[in-house]
Amino acid sequence: MNFEFFFNNLPGLTLSGLAFGAIYALIALGYTMVYGVLQLINFAHSEVFMYGTFAMLWTVMALGGADANGVELIAILLASLLAAMAMSAVIALVLERVAYRPLIKRNAPRLIALISAIGASFVLAELMGLRDRVAGWVGLDDDLSDYVGKARINNSIAGVVDAPRWEVAGIIVSSIDLLVIFSAVAMMVVVDQFVRRSKLGKGIRATAQDPETASMMGVNPTRTIQMTFLIGGLMAGVAAFLYMLKIETTKFDVGFLLGVKAFTAAVLGGIGNLRGALLGGLVLGVAEIWGSALLGTEWRHVVAFVLLVVILLFRPTGLLGESLGKARA
Amino acid sequence: MIRSSKSWQAVAVAAVAGLVLTACGTTEDGGDEGGSGGGGGEAACDLKLAFFGPETGPAAGLGKPIIQGAELAVSQYNEDADCEVELVNYDSQGSPDEAPALATEIAGDESIIGVVGPAFSGESAAAGPIFAEAGVPTVSPSATNPALSENGWDTFHRALGNDATQGPAAAAYIKDTLQAKSTYVIDDASEYGAGLAGIVEEDLGADAVAGSDTIQVGDTDFAATVSKVVDSEADAVFFGGYYAEATILIGQLRQGGFEGTFVVADGVKDPAYLDAGDAAEGTIITCPCIPDTDPAVADFASAYEEEFGEAPGTYAAEAYDAATIFLDGIGDGIGDREAMLEHVNGYDEAGITKQLSFDETGEPADVKVYAYKVEGGEIVSEGEIG
Repeated sequence: MNFEFFFNNLPGLTLSGLAFGAIYALIALGYTMVYGVLQLINFAHSEVFMYGTFAMLWTVMALGGADANGVELIAILLASLLAAMAMSAVIALVLERVAYRPLIKRNAPRLIALISAIGASFVLAELMGLRDRVAGWVGLDDDLSDYVGKARINNSIAGVVDAPRWEVAGIIVSSIDLLVIFSAVAMMVVVDQFVRRSKLGKGIRATAQDPETASMMGVNPTRTIQMTFLIGGLMAGVAAFLYMLKIETTKFDVGFLLGVKAFTAAVLGGIGNLRGALLGGLVLGVAEIWGSALLGTEWRHVVAFVLLVVILLFRPTGLLGESLGKARA
Repeated sequence: MIRSSKSWQAVAVAAVAGLVLTACGTTEDGGDEGGSGGGGGEAACDLKLAFFGPETGPAAGLGKPIIQGAELAVSQYNEDADCEVELVNYDSQGSPDEAPALATEIAGDESIIGVVGPAFSGESAAAGPIFAEAGVPTVSPSATNPALSENGWDTFHRALGNDATQGPAAAAYIKDTLQAKSTYVIDDASEYGAGLAGIVEEDLGADAVAGSDTIQVGDTDFAATVSKVVDSEADAVFFGGYYAEATILIGQLRQGGFEGTFVVADGVKDPAYLDAGDAAEGTIITCPCIPDTDPAVADFASAYEEEFGEAPGTYAAEAYDAATIFLDGIGDGIGDREAMLEHVNGYDEAGITKQLSFDETGEPADVKVYAYKVEGGEIVSEGEIG
């Protein structure tokens, strides 16, 4: 136990923890919304995120982000944000169409949809991990070698963004960390208000509460489910963009660990609950880094999952514990 | 567990028996058709060498030059040999979990009389007992964990110095050349990384170590570790691990305000490390691998470049040497594992990287460690350090 280091660096550590926790929270949103509406854990959501990171990476590469500065660089980054959101949204919608809708139509048990989700997750991850061979089949591997060449190893945009850091009251504050926290919280507020106030949001909540009655009241369940996947995908795209700004590196299997953590965050906050996802993500991020600081970084994942078990022991439905349908407007 | 392992043995025995029978058949056929006849001094036919290591997987970059170095040795041998030797790749993805099944598969194929590998320390530890039991001689061109040679496996050899020489050489470099007063030691909890970091930490001595931390392979956020390093005000950081994590770690260290020297070992000596960009500049890499600019490997380097269109990577020359040991034996007419093992144990010839001979534990008699530095976006040699 290194208490001296821990207390001396508490503000800096907490800030880093909040930044990573904010990314967890944005991914957790996709798990929690789909669960709220379908009572289905969409395990392929981590891959939705992973494709977003690659969309961001490829956009920056294609637009020459490495040599850009100032306004040009900001424009490229904004384009890459849109690309990441679009890519994640498309993957989420394809998932819904291919892996879930046929099962829901046939009234298949939830367990079958869960297996389908895990299968889809592997297919998507390996497709990215074998993209050099996929490109080879269509004869594009030479033209696209910059993009598909490093299929199974790290792909990096290190050095593209040289973000300023400030020293405030003795701690180093990274502008990227602040940006990540601020954007994540802002996006969560937007989604939360959207689900609470818009007509579509009401439809989502109605379907979550009682799909049959909702459809009798004129809510189109297929469209509602689609919208749920779409919103989850868009948020995963934002998470992917912020993740790439912060970590700068991605790989075909990057979704696995982050997906597990984001799912943990969703359960921690109360699965099906939007505000729970935010709280769960931030708590998890901070707990991990505090645990790493106190016990050693090798304890990071242990701390995360022990925290989950302890909280579920005392609050079996998570910290906030309400489902999407019951959330009050 | 006991039952299942017995049934596996039965399957393995059956498989071996089948292969031996087929192998005999083919040899006879070959003799009849070719009319060359069998004989003591002549090279044996239908023999294979295996490469054991990562062809794919997160550390595939480190496997590629090893495969190509061994391929070059085999293709040069085949140019004027009566019977061609085949090099078969067994892709472990660098994972200790994959290793035992692959090793059993190799042990079952009697035509494989030597293994170039296993490439990494973790997989070597997992596969070693299986090779030892089956009597398959192995020469690793890259596994550096010192404990590997202490298991009493007669079949284990390596064509490079281990971390018991690399670690102290790195520690001496940090103390004497870099003149670092305090060093922060990080490892990745792998067989290789943790072992090496432990040796460096011990060799630096408690006064010169500012602290230590352990990350996990596959992690991408090292904020806590970075805070610890910056807080400790260390002049240098030593990281024992592979390039995948090192690339991200150095980026975050630099962003976190660390300004000292980053020192790493052979697991990071891969072009992919240069992805870290400016953050990687000035990194010191120790490696028991010979630089491709060394005059001793000039012929090899030009042949390699001609064949593969790139300069030889880390451990390509060591892999060439490892394969050459086996190929010399095959050229002398050795056709089974027992004789090959005897040949490897008694080998004493000048290889391209060093004088190749092994002590009874399989360690090379001649050991060299080199330092490299990242300069101007390239990994350049700093010469021999011990």
